[in-house]
Amino acid sequence: MGIPFEKVDRRSFLKTGALAAGGLLIGFNFPGRHLSAQTGNGNGRFNAFVSVGTDDLVTVIIHKPENGQGTITSLSMLVAEELECDWSNIRWEFAPIDRVYGFPLQGTFGSTGIRSSWQPLREAGATAREMLVQAAADRWGVGTAECRAENGAVVNTVSNAQLRYGQLAEAASQLPVPPDVALKPASEFKLIGTPTRRLDTMAKITAQATYGIDVRTPGMLFGVVARCPVNGGSLRSFDAANARAVPGVRDVVEIPFGVAVVAENTWAALQGREALEIAWDEGPNANLSSAGIRNTLASLAEQPGAVARNEGDSAGALAVAATRVEAVYEAPYLAHATMEPPNTTADVRAGSCEIWSGSQIPGLAHSSAAAAAGLEPEQVTVHTMYIGGGFGSRGGGNVYAESVEVSKAVGAPVNLVYSREDDLQHDRFRPASYARLEAGLDADGWPTAWTGRVACQSWMGLRNGIDREAVAGLADVHYSIPNVHFEYHPPEIDIPTNFWRSVGHSQNTYFAEAFVDELAAVTGKDPVEFRRRLLAGEPRLLNVLNVAAEESGWGDPLPAGRYRGVAVTNCFGSYNAQVAEISIENDRVRVHRVVCAIDCGQVVNPDGVVQQMQSGIVYGLSAALKGEITLDRGRVQQTNFHQYDVLRMDEMPVVDVHIVPSNESPGGIGEVGTPAIAPAVVNAVFSATGKPIRKLPIRPEDLA
Amino acid sequence: MAAITFTLNGQPQTVDVVPEMPLLWVLRDTLGMTGTKFGCGMSLCGACTVHIDGVPTRTCMTSVSSIAEKEVMTIEGLSSDGNHPVQQAWMEVDVPQCGYCQSGQIMTAAALVRDNPSPTDNDIDRAMRNNICRCGTYQSIRAAIHRASEIHAANGGA
Repeated sequence: MGIPFEKVDRRSFLKTGALAAGGLLIGFNFPGRHLSAQTGNGNGRFNAFVSVGTDDLVTVIIHKPENGQGTITSLSMLVAEELECDWSNIRWEFAPIDRVYGFPLQGTFGSTGIRSSWQPLREAGATAREMLVQAAADRWGVGTAECRAENGAVVNTVSNAQLRYGQLAEAASQLPVPPDVALKPASEFKLIGTPTRRLDTMAKITAQATYGIDVRTPGMLFGVVARCPVNGGSLRSFDAANARAVPGVRDVVEIPFGVAVVAENTWAALQGREALEIAWDEGPNANLSSAGIRNTLASLAEQPGAVARNEGDSAGALAVAATRVEAVYEAPYLAHATMEPPNTTADVRAGSCEIWSGSQIPGLAHSSAAAAAGLEPEQVTVHTMYIGGGFGSRGGGNVYAESVEVSKAVGAPVNLVYSREDDLQHDRFRPASYARLEAGLDADGWPTAWTGRVACQSWMGLRNGIDREAVAGLADVHYSIPNVHFEYHPPEIDIPTNFWRSVGHSQNTYFAEAFVDELAAVTGKDPVEFRRRLLAGEPRLLNVLNVAAEESGWGDPLPAGRYRGVAVTNCFGSYNAQVAEISIENDRVRVHRVVCAIDCGQVVNPDGVVQQMQSGIVYGLSAALKGEITLDRGRVQQTNFHQYDVLRMDEMPVVDVHIVPSNESPGGIGEVGTPAIAPAVVNAVFSATGKPIRKLPIRPEDLA
Repeated sequence: MAAITFTLNGQPQTVDVVPEMPLLWVLRDTLGMTGTKFGCGMSLCGACTVHIDGVPTRTCMTSVSSIAEKEVMTIEGLSSDGNHPVQQAWMEVDVPQCGYCQSGQIMTAAALVRDNPSPTDNDIDRAMRNNICRCGTYQSIRAAIHRASEIHAANGGA
């Protein structure tokens, strides 16, 4: 998520190779960046993005895993646009692990799939097209100027002769790679920007899509692991006699992460685990509790921290402010709760290790498996499977190493699965955050100072004492306020943390945008008007605000009992405004409608953008209304969906997504819908009750 | 262990397993039919929904012994080629994102459309509220169920 992605080198030189079956194969070769593992044969077959078969079929190699965010479709569109091929001839396959695909961080994170692929995949398509055109020109003995690529064929514009790509692929693959290819201007796009159905839908509605958890290999066993309920604890002793007596249990083995039970089926493994007798040394976190964590965060927020940003003279501005507004905002730990629980299948043999997993970052899965297996990288193979929801959860983590350790210990391939309880209790969580905010307003109610102190565990380590994610959306406030001062504290709390859809923005946009409504309310200003003036220097953000306000009928009368709230965010290279319309019924917030305006630059698949905005909104709404992970005696208290509830069909608002046309470079989309929904909803509640909501999730007592 | 016989997607099926083993794991692990998904193990999420004698049922808490002699239909048996009205509508609306919950969503929706030729939004809320989707495809599912009821009617309600 917040991992800075490596920008693909635009001058990377291209390489081709003949496919075994004949045809053209185009790939990018980054000099000196090969992983020897799967490119060891030196023929370049694995560093390919596009191949064209003699059967006219075009295969796109998908190097960004499919979490549901639509990469298979959108990346294929980038290639097809330039290749001028028939969309119905597009096929795809997931990429193996290779530096050419981004190893060691080969994967999908930070809403970078399109941003990092926009240039190279269009170049891959254009290069293949140019070589096919050259092959046709050679065949006809004419210049390429007389040839045009069109719908999967090259047309001789003088004679009207035509050669299909399949007829040209073999000859084209023998040609030198053109050093430069011209890419189409946006005005000539035929596919990019056109609503396009997903390529994976049929597989997903007919049980043909194989997720990691569905992998079945010959002789495979099923495993679960008993882990210490307290993070940081360790195994003291165990007695496996009763577990081994469970029908179907084949083995019980100690691994570095706990005790694994391996059986003929998952259920027997789960029953066997129930029957284990285990003594844990709960370690230093055995007394960790949510109340204690909150005290730690709150006391840190009273003390000076590392300065994340200092602009102007905030102390001076506060001293002379007509009004000072102070507020403490809080957000809880959150789990990801992907529908497919974490799992990996591993098959460790002498000198080799294969794993099958739906990983967001298969590159890290590869490294993790190699380390656990004690093998060289080239001895490890990773099979990328469909992913049953990622949201940041499936990057690193222990599941790859666990499955490798278990397979190694029992000498058989093992499908290792987390139960839902395992998932919620041993997730790596979105950290809780505690933010003490203070702003100064002038006599007319306009902000002159924007300050705060955030205490929040780090996601990705500190740089100059700061984790940028922990203050993202706060310290870099997009409103025009002359004096800004933000400080940060990383608490010493040993709870594993991880990226969670939109990372720091997932809580900070709530803090900032709810606080902005508090500031507007001091002098009775309309929340949209207040933002408009402060966004004069942010035209794209101002524009989405205006679109959302207009489309939602902001300012128009509402039926009795209905209220609106607004919020904006600028993150992952995109701009989003949301207006939520709510009512309060039986001590609960009901969200009826969300109007969402999105400027994500050049759109590849508008259908995909709509899906992702709806998806991000549902994910953020689940958290705003229901999401909270709490700890007691070092243990996560939530075990399954009855205690970690999520949004359901009967709570789903109508979500209207309005895409703002743009020819700017593509922005991210996977995470952008999540940050603004919580503040839009709490601001609507604020409008209803006159009381700000400063802590998520929203509780019945907040609504009185 | 005990031999248990039932009808699976129209074919007789016998399994020799522990009688209390949930049908979910019999399908997925014993029979290798992985279209029915594991999501929670407590009948809370709906990912494991199949039809038992036509009734949408959570297989994660249904013991295999309890379905002896009954008819089980899984996503694999809903149609031979994805042409069930609900699947057609799912294609038209392009519902799935990650897709993991969709087998359960489709099986629940198929029973709804069969039993209620023109479900209202409230009917859809009631029938579908216990099928969780973390990608948030609910709006698409709602549209697809309305579309499926049209297709179902156009096919003569068969």
